Amino acid sequence: MSVDTAKNPEPPTNPGPDGSPGSGTTELIRLENVTKRFGDHTVLDGLDFSVDTGKHVTLIGPSGSGKTTILRMLMTLTRPDEGTITVDGERLFPAPPKQVREIRKKIGMVFQQFNLFPNMTVLRNITEAPVTVLGMSRDEAEARARELLELVGLADKCDARPSQLSGGQQQRVAIARALAMRPQVLLLDEVTSALDPELVAGVLDLLRDIARSTDITMLCVTHEMGFARDISDQVLMFDSGRVVEAGSPEKIFGDPEQERTREFLGAVL
Amino acid sequence: MKWDWGAVRDFMPHFWDGLLVTLQALALGSLISFALGLVWALLMRTPSRWVRWPVGAVTEFVRDTPLLVQLFFLFYVLPEWGLTFSALTTGVFAIGLHYSTYTMQVYRAGIEAVPAGQWEAATALNLPWRRTWTAVILPQAVRRVVPALGNYVISMLKDTPLLMAITVLEMLGQARLFSQQHFQFTEPLTVIGVAFILVSYLASLLLRALERRLVR
Repeated sequence: MSVDTAKNPEPPTNPGPDGSPGSGTTELIRLENVTKRFGDHTVLDGLDFSVDTGKHVTLIGPSGSGKTTILRMLMTLTRPDEGTITVDGERLFPAPPKQVREIRKKIGMVFQQFNLFPNMTVLRNITEAPVTVLGMSRDEAEARARELLELVGLADKCDARPSQLSGGQQQRVAIARALAMRPQVLLLDEVTSALDPELVAGVLDLLRDIARSTDITMLCVTHEMGFARDISDQVLMFDSGRVVEAGSPEKIFGDPEQERTREFLGAVL
Repeated sequence: MKWDWGAVRDFMPHFWDGLLVTLQALALGSLISFALGLVWALLMRTPSRWVRWPVGAVTEFVRDTPLLVQLFFLFYVLPEWGLTFSALTTGVFAIGLHYSTYTMQVYRAGIEAVPAGQWEAATALNLPWRRTWTAVILPQAVRRVVPALGNYVISMLKDTPLLMAITVLEMLGQARLFSQQHFQFTEPLTVIGVAFILVSYLASLLLRALERRLVR
């Protein structure tokens, strides 16, 4: 895991189609000089950062500081205005649609509002993409979905509709749905912010389990500082579209260097 | 004025013929308007201006001109261009086309009411474009619009008498023909009036049952 807040001196390189850049690192995600504006408001300003394979990175900072925008750009829900995004050695932005679709298979996302498909059963929510995108047989996809529901503690809810579940249960189904695609990267966008307080712990415990027991790369936007401290290899403090400070959770939460970080943590802890 | 049950009895065979034609026109007109309206709504969402503009113009034109004029046009003008269809076929198509320009707006509202998060989830799962529409967006959109579509079915029923103008003998056509031949107006007109109420009531029951099934 490395973070440069400074400008990257190298021009963007074109990695080979086999995804093996010469550098020999295990870098999985790289954003270079990414800028995003909404109208006059610059959400991200020339951002550079990278995430290594298997690492768990947490983005913290005040609302509107651009954290969620980064996840949304990686999921191709928002396009940067400038810059490049590379995932696993291949260009995600800018890139032709076909290439975007290929690379996007490596990325999964869990949303603040769950976004389960209300017209499908829980099982179907999980099997839909593996069957139609990965070409898995329905039997195989269902077997795998049941395993995942077991993992998230909802084995008995296969045939329920999302509307029959609590928020916490819905979010656990959404996590299972994302994992069913076997992504290399899991993006978690404030996944407990919409939950009733008593349901938060269950979802966070599940994510701690997943972080511990799998080698999936996680990029996580959260306001749950205890959770961030537990799962993170690296914490990035954002403010006004820039990385103010980056470091291990021990350093960021224990001994932050920047005044802005201290101020923010003082306000939320 | 005296109510004559004999006239009712004499009218009934013609009534059944007319009812059949009305129901045919209603059922087929509904199907066409539901299907075509969806096609318009989807075409209006394509990124290409060269699709959206003509579709928008044509549907606006159809919506803003009277159904009766459209019926006359299709029935009397098209044959001059070598396109000849039976009166009922022409009528069913005209009703379906006319109402499709209303149902398209219903569909549009239904599609727009599907939360952005559903699109985003479909993108995050990498669902293909076609699958996103057929498995995620349309099922949710259609469910929302069934009540509004139902209102147009009732509306269409009440417009079926316009078909009389192009010689289709639906219920009103039969009643008028009978009245002119027998100089008895009260009985046949009353019979078809009651029939209109019953058909629209049954149609609304049917739609409510459908709605309950979908909302489940």
